[in-house]
Amino acid sequence: MSPEVVRGDHLDVAYRGTPVWRDANFGIGRGEFVAVIGPNGAGKTTLFRLLLGLVRPERGSLRVFGEEPRRGNPKIGYVPQTHVVDRETNVEAEQLVRLGFSGHRWRPNLTPRSWRAERATTDEALGAVGGLELAKKPLGAMSGGELQRIFLAEAIVAGPEMLLLDEPLANLDLRRARELVELVHGLVQARNVTTLLVAHDINPLIRCLDKVVYIANGRVATGPPAEVLTTRSLSQLYGVPVEVLRDSRGNLVIVGGEDSHPDPAA
Amino acid sequence: MTHFPHLHWVWWSWNLVYDLRYMLAFEFMRDLFEAGTMIAIVSGVVSYLVVLRRSSFAAHALGHVGFSGAAGAVLFAVNPFYGLLAFTTVSGTGIAVLGKNASHRDVEIGTVLAFMLGLGLLFLGLYQGYATEAYSILFGQVVGISPAQVAYTFEASVPVLVALALVFRQLVFASLDEEVAEAKGMPTMLLGVVFMLTLAVAISIAVTVIGVLLVFALTVTPAAIAVRLTKRPLYSVLLSVGVALTATWVGSFVAFYEDYATSFFIVTIVFAIYIVVRSIPLLRRLVRWVDGRARSFASSVAPPLRRLSGRVSGRSRSEPSPDVLRGVPAAGRPAAPERPAPASTDPDGA
Repeated sequence: MSPEVVRGDHLDVAYRGTPVWRDANFGIGRGEFVAVIGPNGAGKTTLFRLLLGLVRPERGSLRVFGEEPRRGNPKIGYVPQTHVVDRETNVEAEQLVRLGFSGHRWRPNLTPRSWRAERATTDEALGAVGGLELAKKPLGAMSGGELQRIFLAEAIVAGPEMLLLDEPLANLDLRRARELVELVHGLVQARNVTTLLVAHDINPLIRCLDKVVYIANGRVATGPPAEVLTTRSLSQLYGVPVEVLRDSRGNLVIVGGEDSHPDPAA
Repeated sequence: MTHFPHLHWVWWSWNLVYDLRYMLAFEFMRDLFEAGTMIAIVSGVVSYLVVLRRSSFAAHALGHVGFSGAAGAVLFAVNPFYGLLAFTTVSGTGIAVLGKNASHRDVEIGTVLAFMLGLGLLFLGLYQGYATEAYSILFGQVVGISPAQVAYTFEASVPVLVALALVFRQLVFASLDEEVAEAKGMPTMLLGVVFMLTLAVAISIAVTVIGVLLVFALTVTPAAIAVRLTKRPLYSVLLSVGVALTATWVGSFVAFYEDYATSFFIVTIVFAIYIVVRSIPLLRRLVRWVDGRARSFASSVAPPLRRLSGRVSGRSRSEPSPDVLRGVPAAGRPAAPERPAPASTDPDGA
């Protein structure tokens, strides 16, 4: 088993005073491709904010790369769910990727050598996501899939060891979603970068996954997809009978979970 | 309104160089140009960040808040510039702290704005002097700029430009991708405060020339024009500064000879450029349409013409005259040379 880069023990987490999930235990190994699945409001993004050091757990211990999570950890690359970029943003994609590389540094890079290094790293990151031909395209003119690739390049350009991707497949049709998953999976393997991907639907991912973190009903279940995504384990998680159905091509349908999911505010 | 009341007899000579030199012989015009240049540079740079951060309502509000500050300063017999600066910096910091993303804080900005304008009205009511002071704050200086104003315009501009040069990239990053910037440990709120402070200074110095009500034309529109023309932050900033400079210089120049307010000309020039830039896509479509019509017309007219010219010159239809073929695709041409002929007079030369 690969060494663990994330370890959570008996974690209780609250969002603005409301408990989100309790007593979570999970470990994520180096180079694993992990899907974080669960209904809306279950606390999937909260898990990311925890790993990024933006919120603190109420109770329990969390180690990221063997240390306390802290804001600005250069080992983590993050693609949030929401972005400021919209149709009016007339900035070429390359500029955003460059900012991902050096936008947070306070030291000005004024030497031609550092320019060349920045340019080479940016091109390399754009190449890795198949986005070299998008370099000069304005962000505002991009499709959802193109934008996600650029955000991915922005995240990997700084050479992180762990990627946190929040709902990158939202707003993508099934074919684009599969393409993006394959791209991410390729990155996971080529760079041995641990990747956590939040998604609503497990099916575009299921062939590539090493692990599933399933969050529902204030609890977290972790393990290989074959163990977590079963009728028994999900029924236990939700606390009501849930059925996992499988079609002839291996696609999963989870019946009963979403309906019985209690209002987290209640 | 008379802009330079003592100069209303001045008229164009239609010799631009002479006119320019004549105008710059007046010290108050040199002062206006010096201050205007500084103002245009600062507001050109700041306006890019305003547009990028979608903070134009904050820019609008800060200008009006500045009016109350200036009115209060007049009431207490203080230099209006200090009143402007005090009110805009305090409100700007408040807006930045209240909402990380100022563009999504319209309600808060509007609430603060209404209260501040109310204060301004109170100050105006308490002040027993002339309304001209208020008028010049609202619409820009009635009479040229004083050397003291030039001095504090410079003193306020230099630190702003230095600060922007130091944190420009960080500000662009925090504006374009705030959540990632925050996750990377950047002080996004502090950057927001820095941005609002530079905006407050930009507005305070610009008001002396263009006035509270028209300050939008220098703190928002130049960058709104620039981002339609280029997609690189640095180029956008340079272009935005260029637009602001053009408007300020040309506006002041024209206002020296034409008997209307400088601010009117500045606003008009900026607006004209904006309209032209906004209509570029329309013009492009128009050109494409005209081009398409011309092509279809040419293709419907060319074959009969070719036949006609063949008959007139007595040649067969397969060997039309070379003159007719100029500009017609090579498909029907008689044997073309192997390699394209160079521009020399002797294509077959050794």
